[in-house]
Amino acid sequence: MIDMTVVELSRLQFALTAMYHFLFVPLTLGLSLLMAIMESVYVMTGRDIWRRMTMFWGVLFGINFAMGVATGIVMEFQFGMNWAYYSHYVGDIFGAPLAIEGLMAFFLEATFIGLFFFGWKRMTKIQHLVITWLVALGANFSALWILVANGWMQNPVGAVFNPDTMRMEITDFVAVIFNPVAQAKFVHTVSAGYVTGAIFVMSVSAFYLLRGKHRDIARRSIAVAASFGLASALSVVVLGDESGYAATEHQKMKLAAIEAMWHTEPAPAGFTVIGLPNQAGQHNRFEVKIPWLMGLIATRSLDGEIPGILDLVERAEHRIRGGQLAYAALERLREDRTDVAAREAFDQHWADLGHGLLLKRYREDIFNATEQEISQAALDTVPRVAPLFWTFRIMAGIGFYLIAFFAVAFWLVTRNRIEDSRRFLWIALWSLPLPWIAIECGWFVAEYGRQPWAVEGVLPTFYAASGIALKDILISLAGFVIIYTGLAIVAAKLMIAAIGKGPDVLAPPAHDGAPAAIDDVVPPHPGDSDRLALDALDPAPAPRA
Amino acid sequence: MDFIPLDYATLRLIWWLLLGVLLIGFAVMDGFDLGVGALLPFVAKTDSERRIVVNTIGPVWEGNQVWLILGGGAIFAAFPPLYAVSFSGFYLAMFVILFALILRPVGFKFRGKVEDTRWKQTWDWALFVGGAVPALIFGVAVGNVLLGVPFHFTPELRPVYTGGFFALLTPFALLAGLVSVTLLVAHGAAMLVIKTDGPIADRAARYGGIAAVAGAVLFALGGVWIATEIPGFRIDSTIDGALASNPLHKTVSREAGLWMANYAAMPWTMIAPVLGVIGALASAWLLRMRRGGLAFIASGTSIAAVILTVGFAIFPFLLPSSTMPNAGLTLWDASSSRLTLWIMLVSTIVFLPIVLAYTSWVYRVLRGKVTESSVDDTPNAY
Repeated sequence: MIDMTVVELSRLQFALTAMYHFLFVPLTLGLSLLMAIMESVYVMTGRDIWRRMTMFWGVLFGINFAMGVATGIVMEFQFGMNWAYYSHYVGDIFGAPLAIEGLMAFFLEATFIGLFFFGWKRMTKIQHLVITWLVALGANFSALWILVANGWMQNPVGAVFNPDTMRMEITDFVAVIFNPVAQAKFVHTVSAGYVTGAIFVMSVSAFYLLRGKHRDIARRSIAVAASFGLASALSVVVLGDESGYAATEHQKMKLAAIEAMWHTEPAPAGFTVIGLPNQAGQHNRFEVKIPWLMGLIATRSLDGEIPGILDLVERAEHRIRGGQLAYAALERLREDRTDVAAREAFDQHWADLGHGLLLKRYREDIFNATEQEISQAALDTVPRVAPLFWTFRIMAGIGFYLIAFFAVAFWLVTRNRIEDSRRFLWIALWSLPLPWIAIECGWFVAEYGRQPWAVEGVLPTFYAASGIALKDILISLAGFVIIYTGLAIVAAKLMIAAIGKGPDVLAPPAHDGAPAAIDDVVPPHPGDSDRLALDALDPAPAPRA
Repeated sequence: MDFIPLDYATLRLIWWLLLGVLLIGFAVMDGFDLGVGALLPFVAKTDSERRIVVNTIGPVWEGNQVWLILGGGAIFAAFPPLYAVSFSGFYLAMFVILFALILRPVGFKFRGKVEDTRWKQTWDWALFVGGAVPALIFGVAVGNVLLGVPFHFTPELRPVYTGGFFALLTPFALLAGLVSVTLLVAHGAAMLVIKTDGPIADRAARYGGIAAVAGAVLFALGGVWIATEIPGFRIDSTIDGALASNPLHKTVSREAGLWMANYAAMPWTMIAPVLGVIGALASAWLLRMRRGGLAFIASGTSIAAVILTVGFAIFPFLLPSSTMPNAGLTLWDASSSRLTLWIMLVSTIVFLPIVLAYTSWVYRVLRGKVTESSVDDTPNAY
């Protein structure tokens, strides 16, 4: 039997290390692109201040990137370390996007990041700009392949179970790449990263403006971040809606749990804005509902029905019985590969095999499971509703807040009034943690909402775990907590210290004997490149009291 | 699957070779970073010297480390059972490697950020651990692969590992670990001779030379041990390279000397162990002559040859089982499906040359010695 304590601790360790890793990834995604935009302006206008902006944000980027790299290796290794049966069972499909991520994306990003920092004086301006874009491109390609892998866990397309090898095998790689869940998640996730980068730049710049320091750099940074952030925040919510739509089709239980929808409602279903889900009683207290809204969002129709949790449990029970038949046929096939009847039975029921494996929690010979065990296993397909209900609402609430925030910021920037709006600058400063909270909630919804599955409908999480010793997982979990806490403190201190030093120290203005990438600054011609459209965002500093 | 121009057995053989290419890529590229890390406290005595050493690998180590990530990903994608059994079986060893590797990115990035001796010494120590410990454990892991690893499968192919962390530290495995450390140190020393001048290069040449000679001797000693005492494995049942991947359908025997069988059957493969020894000795001599570039090629050749030596010896095994030899993983029965191997092959053919091209361009841009003034003159230097 499987040691459930080891499984729970493995889940905890994976969740902690993944969520910790994802503190750094979004900022890498967003800030790399913002730096590429800033450096593009530098190359187009020749104005040294945009080089200094790129370099200054680059220093903060570097601290964040180091943490992302340090915690990223852990993620790749943990599949094999803690989820050995998962690795065997779906490695044929899941391994490929991870390997291609390394080959196509991370190599690009990691090889050029060194030149980004060390190459300022060794290359022409154009060369360095290309490097910066390649780093940003590499980061985004990374996200693509990781989300193709993750999307497959949510919606396992293009693969079948092979009884000879006892694992899922790929049949259609194109379907895996163009998995609608993966595509929606990719744009949703990278957009969230862009929002994070934009908020980060806005908050730090707001801090400088409130202090009256580094105004030239802060003002321009805010201008870039406000427009970039507005576009990204809109994209996050639109593609989040697309993710929800995809979940309607592929992950009905997750959707029902997020909405705490215990019973199927007549279409179009209402949206529960707020309420207190009660798992044991299978109902909500203090519900506030908007009629029709849920049906409209999830099915984009007036007559599409969304199944409730209890209906889905009934369906799961049916599939578990199918899974028992598939498993029995599989055992017969293992004894005699040429057993035609067993092969037929397996081909008929194989899609339910994963549901059958849910019974492995209760007994080895799952074909002999009791009625009570079957209905218990069916109930296991319901994730815990309240945490999902709440984290989803926190995420969505922050998403809508950020659209409003960036809309105001953009308006203030275009009116050239951002520096006078001290109240808004304070709001910008205190909005700093919000995208991180939203993103962690979002991943929680995505992954916790998939439970009890490691791969939706295919492989239960508890069955995917390695059979490692309890003491081993305790040692590694304690080790990760200690080293990650220590590093978080150090990184936060360094980040704050770097912000305190500011661009004058970290990216000083060009001076005599200036490096090559600065030497070839185009002398400003009146009415020339100097007066690009960007100058709308880059007005001459107004004299102030 | 009609569109795949290669049959299953050929694809499996190609992926066995590519696995070798990726492991050699990792050992040669990230290997000198690990070696430089392990040498840091010995070749650099002052803070300024340590700063120079750190900045020789500072701009390139991140790209080099992707070889490890790619290697892990490729094992996952091309040989999933190997990834599942080895990473979970060597659980605590893997955790120690991760712990050491976590220290590296932050060590590089953080050491120069605060002007304080104790702060810098802490991160220099972290960089030393981040170099020496993975170098040792990777070698110990290879030693254990040669010895066979205690695992078996349930009928559902769930891997069951029955060993522990300290059981990995047998005398032979530790010898393999030392071979790894000494050769990577020699390799890192060659890089320091290329990239630095003065006392750092002097010390690197001295310690690197000692390490290279020690590496050659230890490697030869390991070979003798393998030939005489260490039991090897052999597949007794007929091999069909086109069958579905299931490691439970073969019979395997185990006895001393079997790891020499491939060398006896194909004497040309002896070139690998011979080059392993000659390369290491040549790098020692070239370090003495201060020919950093040639020493680097020699140590790189030696490292590649050592990896090939192991690969040739255990072929077609990837990970033999000491407790249930029949369950040992071979390239014929522990690979991905034909389609996955094909997809991965196409990706590799498309992207690996591109990676090699831009990597060499980056090294060209960064060419030249690292000195105190060049470090001071570089914005963002560590």
